[in-house]
Amino acid sequence: MNAAAPLSPSRLRGDRVTLAHGGGGKAMRDLIDEVFTCVFQPPGDEDQARLVDAAMSEPGAQLAFTTDSFVVSPVEFPGGDIGKIAVCGTVNDLAVGGAKPLWLSAAFIIEEGCEIALLRRVVASMQKEATKAGVRIVTGDTKVVGKGQADKVFVTTSGVGVIPPGRDIRANAIRPGDVAIVNGVLGDHGAAILAARGDMALSTTVTSDCQSLNGLIEAVLAAAPGLRACRDATRGGLASSLNEMAEASSVGIEIEETALPLRTEVKGMCEILGLDPLYLANEGTLVLFVPEAEATAALTAMRALPEGRDAVAVGKAHGSHPGRVTMRTAFGGQRLVDMLVGEQLPRIC
Amino acid sequence: MRYVEEFRDPKAAKAVLAAIQSVVDDIGATKEKPVHIMEICGGHTHAIFRYGLDRLTPDGIEFIHGPGCPVCVLPMSRIDECVEIAERPEVIFTTFGDAMRVPGTRKSLMQAKADGADIRMVYSPLDALEIARRNPDREVVFFGLGFETTTPSTALSIQQASREGLGNFTVFCNHITVPPPIRALLNDPYMILDGFVGPGHVSMVIGVHPYDFIAEEFGKPIVVAGFEPLDLLQSVLMVLEQIRDGRAVVENQYARVVPDDGNPVSIAAINDVYEPRPSFEWRGLGEIDESGLRIRDRYQAFDAEAKFGVGYGAGERSVQEPEGCACGQVMTGRIKPFQCPQYGTGCTPEMPLGALMVSSEGACAAYYTYGALEAAE
Repeated sequence: MNAAAPLSPSRLRGDRVTLAHGGGGKAMRDLIDEVFTCVFQPPGDEDQARLVDAAMSEPGAQLAFTTDSFVVSPVEFPGGDIGKIAVCGTVNDLAVGGAKPLWLSAAFIIEEGCEIALLRRVVASMQKEATKAGVRIVTGDTKVVGKGQADKVFVTTSGVGVIPPGRDIRANAIRPGDVAIVNGVLGDHGAAILAARGDMALSTTVTSDCQSLNGLIEAVLAAAPGLRACRDATRGGLASSLNEMAEASSVGIEIEETALPLRTEVKGMCEILGLDPLYLANEGTLVLFVPEAEATAALTAMRALPEGRDAVAVGKAHGSHPGRVTMRTAFGGQRLVDMLVGEQLPRIC
Repeated sequence: MRYVEEFRDPKAAKAVLAAIQSVVDDIGATKEKPVHIMEICGGHTHAIFRYGLDRLTPDGIEFIHGPGCPVCVLPMSRIDECVEIAERPEVIFTTFGDAMRVPGTRKSLMQAKADGADIRMVYSPLDALEIARRNPDREVVFFGLGFETTTPSTALSIQQASREGLGNFTVFCNHITVPPPIRALLNDPYMILDGFVGPGHVSMVIGVHPYDFIAEEFGKPIVVAGFEPLDLLQSVLMVLEQIRDGRAVVENQYARVVPDDGNPVSIAAINDVYEPRPSFEWRGLGEIDESGLRIRDRYQAFDAEAKFGVGYGAGERSVQEPEGCACGQVMTGRIKPFQCPQYGTGCTPEMPLGALMVSSEGACAAYYTYGALEAAE
């Protein structure tokens, strides 16, 4: 498919979205045809997508369904944009539960005055990531709101996937002794967004880690079929994901500060701004728990893929302090790692 | 990262901890009869818990967490006044982020923002100054908050506004100073402190001599400390050695940053813009003589108290603390955070009742965030 190539001749007038593009008439049809459906190419002519996949009919297979809204500011940032993040986020939500993502919907709330060229870039980026992740964007919607009532464009994606029979990955399945593994460096997305906003006058080469993780999770499952639980460490960072998992599984989790993969740049930025990298958002970083006997196999499988190249074991589940996460500090002390309180950075995704 | 990682070296820490243990043994301090050391600064409180130093040091040392967290010692009435100013339609109220969640009697600034007040978080008063330049038809107020560390930057922004003749920029001044509350604590009949770890960043501005009275009048050792874990351990060792040797002097562990005489440019800016108030109210500690600063008359055009008729000029301000809140007792070292009946139930970082739970530098929040394991045990 040739992304972002409009039907010819173009009926879209002007460079910016006006309220007429949300009015239900010709202008709206032109916008949808020439910006969205020509790229996504949803199947059929009906309002709803009618979908069949062989995986659905296997006895014991389960449908997985998830939804997520994206309001990230700025809309385009080093390493991604709101479209890429909207696809990755929903693909990853499905994948961490063991589902093979198949179909996405995409709904856009567009601010009056938004540049059509920006929308085209966002849509192209969504299609590119969808192709990479092996999912199709099969239905969608657009609404236009007045100037100042949204910020350029907000995107909501919903996703449907299939969990194959016999697969059961849940946040409550972790047992004492299980090993915690992360697939890569922490906090890049949060740091990239922070720098991109420009408020801090920080310049950095850190780019967002925004990526789809379904391929990585399938690779782990092939190598370590005992995979117990998996979470993508998005808002609230690794600390919040670990806390949710410790609570759901009624285990304690201890991580090693010296094992945490962090870029020197991100570390330095956190030191300057008083942020804790454990709470910085990620968009392509997951934490998973496997039985100790399968940890090496899981790590080897992950490191063979680009999205798992820096995979490393960071800690373990244990039987004491159920629901609590602690960290052995590099300094030799021990401290509690609590959930994030309040908001470290609004509109991070 | 240079100048950071060398001060977090676990091997060096082991050696200092061994030396600390040896001096604690010389003194004969035990868990039952500990040496009480107050770290004055909230940044030190945070570092102690973040690095688990309270669990690494011997039982014979008990840390008492001092009043050096500006958000924590801010009376509720001042937040009420902030809200009152911020809710005026012509005002853009600018503040450091820490103050946003501090509860007032009616609401916090965060709640006032949600209710429609134009409240903006800034990282420096110079950002507030820029907002004033860009919005000549609005009144821009900066919430001046903090000890001698933040006072110079608000002083400089007032001087700059004065030079530019900006008519729409004021500071709501709640700056406070470190030495007076330390004197108040030392005069407290319940005083149990044996020595102090002094605030490094404050001292970078004012130098070490403002603490001379602690050693000379009260016979207590004080060591001005840096903020990395090794800085803190070394400072604790230096305090302990003074106690063991029966000495009481002001020592400077943080000499790589703190000149003994401070920063003369900053001191001059502070003295040009501010003068001491006769008295200032501290949450949990009450009124303390000459512990707060006000804007001098010559800069009155930049004083939000004068412009909006609030604050100390406007009469009685003291507001009752919420019932059951024991912040005052925690701050004077009479009880540990987890001994407060509201700790972790009626008062948590998400829904703070008392100020010590609000800021990450507050003793209760530090316990809750990093040390709750110990409290749970």
